[in-house]
Amino acid sequence: MEAASIPSGDRGLLARSPLARVPDRALKYGLTTLAALILALIVYFFIRLVGEARPAFAKEGVLGFTFDNDWNVSAEQFGALPLVVGTLITSALALLIGVPVAVATAVYATELCPVRLRSPLTMLVELLAAVPSVVYGLWGIFFLAPKLQPAEQWVADRLSFVPFIGGGLVTIPNYFITGLVLAIMILPIVSAISREVMATVPADHKEAALGLGATRWEMIRVAVLPYCRSGIVGGAMLGLGRAIGETIAVTILIGDAPQLGGHLFGQGYSLAAVIANEFGEAQGLHRSALFAAGLVLFVLTLLVNAIARLLVVRAARSGRSQPRAGGESATSARLPAAGLTADAAAGA
Amino acid sequence: MSAHGAAAEQLDRFSVSPRRRRTDTIARGAILAATILALIPLALIIYYLLRKGLGAWSPSFFTTDPTGNTFFKSSSIGGIKSAILGTIEIVALASVIAIPIGIGVAVWLTEYGKSSWFAQAVRFFVDVLTGVPSIVFGLFVYIVLVVGTGSSYAGYKGSLALSLLMLPVVIRSAEVVLLLIPDALRESALALGAPRWRVIFSIVLPTALPGMVTGVLLAIARAAGETAPLLFTAAATLKTNFNLGQFMNSLPVQIYSDVTSPTTAVVDRAWGAALTLVVMILLLNLIARLISRRSRLA
Repeated sequence: MEAASIPSGDRGLLARSPLARVPDRALKYGLTTLAALILALIVYFFIRLVGEARPAFAKEGVLGFTFDNDWNVSAEQFGALPLVVGTLITSALALLIGVPVAVATAVYATELCPVRLRSPLTMLVELLAAVPSVVYGLWGIFFLAPKLQPAEQWVADRLSFVPFIGGGLVTIPNYFITGLVLAIMILPIVSAISREVMATVPADHKEAALGLGATRWEMIRVAVLPYCRSGIVGGAMLGLGRAIGETIAVTILIGDAPQLGGHLFGQGYSLAAVIANEFGEAQGLHRSALFAAGLVLFVLTLLVNAIARLLVVRAARSGRSQPRAGGESATSARLPAAGLTADAAAGA
Repeated sequence: MSAHGAAAEQLDRFSVSPRRRRTDTIARGAILAATILALIPLALIIYYLLRKGLGAWSPSFFTTDPTGNTFFKSSSIGGIKSAILGTIEIVALASVIAIPIGIGVAVWLTEYGKSSWFAQAVRFFVDVLTGVPSIVFGLFVYIVLVVGTGSSYAGYKGSLALSLLMLPVVIRSAEVVLLLIPDALRESALALGAPRWRVIFSIVLPTALPGMVTGVLLAIARAAGETAPLLFTAAATLKTNFNLGQFMNSLPVQIYSDVTSPTTAVVDRAWGAALTLVVMILLLNLIARLISRRSRLA
């Protein structure tokens, strides 16, 4: 295509005139610039964010900011530990509740479900991703939280001897409700990735297991799940990234108690929620501290997502290395797309 | 187990032991139960949205602006006209920004960058963008356009925040579709003497169009439901506004500010607005699904 090898001045019969090559060049370099701009944009944003967060880091120190348990706006004390812990507790709960259900849904859809039900079921689970975050918050605070409060109180009373879980008085906004709603919100993406990975299990493996006399469940346990392990873990990590960054639903559901929550059914705070709640009125050092919270959040999700992508890509690779009828490249091309389809319309 | 014939008895020693059979039944039951459990929240959300949301809907609900007057009788709180129009305006501008850039980058990745180190770097950074929490996008735009220019919130700043959010979705979904186009198609066009840009504009893009529309619609649907990036970029206001350079209301922000209200009528308005938003997003999803089913690619 490129006619660079033909000496100019002595153009071959088939070569295009230099003028006709202009749009080609323009398109190529234009698009390359566009791609480079995206890179530049992210780097620029990161530098600006660090710049804005600097006063808070300068006062508290990077480690002091992240790990001091003291978020007191009026005293200009900004230790974000309660927020970090709140983010971690709710995200861990979301994984604990959401991932087993999501994987079970994926197993049911790929291995057990009647073929006719498969696509309606998949569609229904993906509908969960179409509900905006603020609607989850609305539903959670006005329906789920009040309905579950007696049950939570019952559990808290029965388990009063367990340090973190039992004892206290259950409030309507609390860690547990937040984790539960986050679990519902990450379900579609974890389920979609698990389903995509399970679809790459070679039929040979499954048939071999069944042929040796395995029951359906034994086949799933020995052939499907081990094969998909890293893909499922990657999907779960993507869900974790989603849960950590989730803002509005968490802001509505977690309450606004900027101290380390005493127990699972009490109010707390999270990194994203503190930004959404306090940024509007924040001035000076407080505002800088909120930028710093955003930076911590950014770095946290970055780490989690990088690990997740690595695992999902590796799962796709191992799927590709197996000789498999039906286009290996299609699998690897679909994998990132699976996450995106599930991503799409998921509010945050 | 139910067969009692002589042949069945002969086969009995090959059959699965009762213990294994029980484990199988229990495990399959548990998987089915978990699947049903996953669908319960969906049913509950839809049920409550319809029950509460339809109660709030009325012709005047869609044709009046919210009044901000929340302490008197419920009829005086107004509707969500400015929020609906604001969402449409902000998302439309965000799409106008994100879609051409996103598709351009995707074309560069598949037609020029391929698997060069630079293209891999771009892909990595696009993935990074996918994982950035939406509120952080709000902070980015706030730093650059509100602190940076010294001006206040505006609708177009909200659009920019949303377009950052849409970009990775558009790029990755378009790239997947572009990769599915057979190389033979490109090569035949090149062999006929078409320059690269004509191959891209006359062969590659038209072929990929239906598949790309799906990804684009899903990106729009995602952006339409976002609240966090709009809080400190487009802010909230009451009046209907057609100037993207000023404060602009939007459905998610309206719902968010109504949720925190102690007045029941205002919370009811939030339900009505939520139902409106979900219907809009579901319509986009439905259209996307129909188009993707029609197209042969993707």
